[in-house]
Amino acid sequence: MVLVFFTYFALVSIVAGVMTVALKHPVHCGLALLALLLHVSGLFILLNAEFLWAVQVIVYAGAILVLYLFVLMLMNLKTDDRYLHSSYRYFLAPAALGSVYVLSLLLRSPFAGTKGDAPTVAVLQDGDTYAVGIKMFSEYLLQFEIVGVFLLGAVIGAIVLAKTPKPIVEKRGR
Amino acid sequence: MVPLSAYVAVSAVLFITGLLGVLIRRNFIIVLMSVEIMLNAANINLVAFSYYLESMAGQLVALFIIAIAAGEAAIGLAIIIVVFRGKISTNVDEMNLLKW
Repeated sequence: MVLVFFTYFALVSIVAGVMTVALKHPVHCGLALLALLLHVSGLFILLNAEFLWAVQVIVYAGAILVLYLFVLMLMNLKTDDRYLHSSYRYFLAPAALGSVYVLSLLLRSPFAGTKGDAPTVAVLQDGDTYAVGIKMFSEYLLQFEIVGVFLLGAVIGAIVLAKTPKPIVEKRGR
Repeated sequence: MVPLSAYVAVSAVLFITGLLGVLIRRNFIIVLMSVEIMLNAANINLVAFSYYLESMAGQLVALFIIAIAAGEAAIGLAIIIVVFRGKISTNVDEMNLLKW
């Protein structure tokens, strides 16, 4: 059952990712990106990360994507005739070859490592949100505060960049 | 039971898709969307390893990545608005001035 869901979410997210890159109209690309984000959040559910699922739906699909669509509507973009890089064929073949090689390596790797201190049973006992909260506000408190200051700076920077500039007064004429 | 390498393979395919998008698309907004695809691929990787190696650290780093992606989107779209106000198109080939 998990395999069926994994196959569905993985295939649809890959197809949506390819459509995001390949579609011509920017709004269609935005909608394909929405499908990608929602299916990636489905993968998070399969990995017992419910809190990350909620954050993905609320922050990515709810906030970031709406920001993209808002800017697209605000600027009323015309679709360019030449929307791909002029020499994109030179990128495609090496990328396909490289990805096949990397995939064959990845699918054969064993991927073992030291186990951490949060086995699935312990996480499921109190819920994923509880486990994330305990970890974030004990060991990762400094990083949490840094991200908070970073977001404040990003918001202020975005407002300063996007506000209407004052007309430049001619200083010599005073 | 889905093996860990399947998640890593999905993440690798998505990352390469995003990388190709950054390289071949010329619309600045689509380039930013491709960056979001790459960040999502990294998130899948982190959460998958966090589940299979039984550690919470991967999920926390994925949360921080989402926060930083939000900041990146806000700043990038503000830059797009400024550039578009200067009557320059959003084609990244034609944006070659730092000041005008």
